[in-house]
Amino acid sequence: MPTAASADPLPVSDTRAEAIQVEDLHKSFGTLEVLKGVSLNAKKGDVVAIIGGSGSGKSTMLRCINFLETPSSGKIVIDGEEVEMNADGSPANRRQIERIRTRLAMVFQQFNLWTHRTLLENVIEVPVHVLKVPRAKAIARAKELLERVGLSDKADAFPAFMSGGQQQRAAIARALAVDPNVMLFDEPTSALDPELVGEVLTVIRDLAAEGRTMLLVTHEMKFAREVANHVVYLFEGRIEEQGPPAEVFGNPQSARLKQFLSSVA
Amino acid sequence: MITFKSFLQPHRIVMMALFGAVVLWCALSLRWDWLPKYAPLALEGLWTTIWIMVVTTVLGFVLAVPIGLAQAIGPWYLAMPARVFCTIIRGTPLLLQIWLLYYGLGSLFPQFPWIRGSELWPYLRQAWPYAVLALTLSYAGYEGEVMRGAFSGVVKGQLEAAKSFGMRRFTMFRRIWLPQAIRNVLPTLGGETILQLKATPLVATITVIDIYAVSSRVRSDTFIVYEPLLLLAVVYMVIAGLITLAFRRFENMVPR
Repeated sequence: MPTAASADPLPVSDTRAEAIQVEDLHKSFGTLEVLKGVSLNAKKGDVVAIIGGSGSGKSTMLRCINFLETPSSGKIVIDGEEVEMNADGSPANRRQIERIRTRLAMVFQQFNLWTHRTLLENVIEVPVHVLKVPRAKAIARAKELLERVGLSDKADAFPAFMSGGQQQRAAIARALAVDPNVMLFDEPTSALDPELVGEVLTVIRDLAAEGRTMLLVTHEMKFAREVANHVVYLFEGRIEEQGPPAEVFGNPQSARLKQFLSSVA
Repeated sequence: MITFKSFLQPHRIVMMALFGAVVLWCALSLRWDWLPKYAPLALEGLWTTIWIMVVTTVLGFVLAVPIGLAQAIGPWYLAMPARVFCTIIRGTPLLLQIWLLYYGLGSLFPQFPWIRGSELWPYLRQAWPYAVLALTLSYAGYEGEVMRGAFSGVVKGQLEAAKSFGMRRFTMFRRIWLPQAIRNVLPTLGGETILQLKATPLVATITVIDIYAVSSRVRSDTFIVYEPLLLLAVVYMVIAGLITLAFRRFENMVPR
C-alpha cells in the first residue's frame, strides 16, 4: 500500500526559508545611478558571491541591504520581514531597521574594529550593549570566538597593534558574536597584504562549510568559485549574469563577464 | 623609559647640581620668614585655586560636548547659537567676561527683591559663583570648538560598524562616538586644562582668595615682592606638571 509521501510525484522543491530578498533595487548618488534595478534572492544556507568590476555597484548593493546606504527605491525583505520604506527609500521605522540590523552582521573592507577598545571588548560590545546579553556570558562566548579565529592570545590587545589579517579575523569574531542570520562581507580581503589574505579566507571558508548564510562581495574569484553556491556578476548597476559558480566561471555567457573574468584571472 | 641610571650622565649631573645650587641659594639668601604666618592662608588659597580649576573644567567640558555636537551635526537652530557662543567667548578677554558677570549680573540681582529673598541669595552675594560661572563658560567656549572638530574627526567606519550592528543612536554616541572623539583630542584638552589653571588668578580681581590673591596679600602686608611670586610660580608649575602627567596616563591607557 503506497504511503502519501512515496506517492508524491513532484520533484523535491527547495523548502529552505528565504533569508534575503531584494527586488528591483535602485540607488542614485545625486545624478549618478549606481544600481539600476537589482533583484537577488538568498535562502538560508546560501553563500552568494557578488563579483564585478570597480564601480559596478556591488558594495553599494550590499550596503543597501542593511541600509548603511539608503536605497532610492525597491523592496528589501529580510527573513520574511519587509523593511518599511518611505517614498524616498529611507527606512520608515528606525526601530525596525535597528532590530533587523542586529540579525545581519557586516564585515568591512577596512575592518572597522573600534580602535578605543580591546579585541575582547570589541567582540562583547554588541552582545552586551545592543542584545543585552549578561556580560559574563558574552565574555565566555567572545573568548570561544576569538579562539576559533586564532586570536585567543590577543584578547586584551588593541586593534592598532594588530596586523590587517588579525584585525579582520577579529572583525569576523565580532560579527559571529551576534549569532547573525546572515553575514555580509564587503570585500573582506581587499585591504590586506597578499600574504595575509589566506588566513582570513580560511576563516570564511569554515563559516561557509558550517552552513551559514552569507553574502560576499569579493575580488577573489578562485575563492568565490570554491565557497559560493551562487554567483552574481554585476555590471554598471545591473545583474549581467548569475548562476552556480561552475556555470558562471566555467561557461560564462555574456561577453562582458568573459572579458571581466579574463582580466582578473 | 626614564630609569634612574639614565640620570647618571655627566651633563645631567651638572644640570642637577646647578639646579640644586639655585634652590639652595634661594632658600638661604631670600626672605622666607613670612612663610609660617601665611602658610594656613596659602593652603586655603591653593585649595581654592585647585577646586575652581577642577570644577570649571569639568562643568565646562560637560557644556562643551553638546556645544560641539550641535556645531558638528546639529540643525541650524542649534548650530548657530552654539557657534555664536563660541565666537563671543573666544573673541573677548576672560577678564572682561568675569567683570561683566560679577559687576553686571552681580549688581543687577540685588535690585530684584525676589532674588534677594531667595534661598540662593547667600551664594549670589558672594564672588565665587560668578568666578565659577565665567571660567566654566570660557572653558565651554574653547572646548566646544575643540569638540566640534573632535566629533567631525571620528572615522566614519567606526560609526558605520556600530550602525550596522543595530546599535541605537544614543548607545552609539555614548559607547563609540564620544569616547573616540575625546580620545582624539586628549592632548589638546590637556593643554587647555593647563591654560584654565593659569586663567584662575583672574578670579582674584573679583575678591576670590585663590593662591595668587594670597601672594598679593603677602606683598601688600610685608612689602616682600619677589619671594611670594617665586613660590607662586613653583606652585603653578607643579600643578601644571601633575595635569600633564594625568593626561599622559589617560592617553597611554588607550592607543589611537
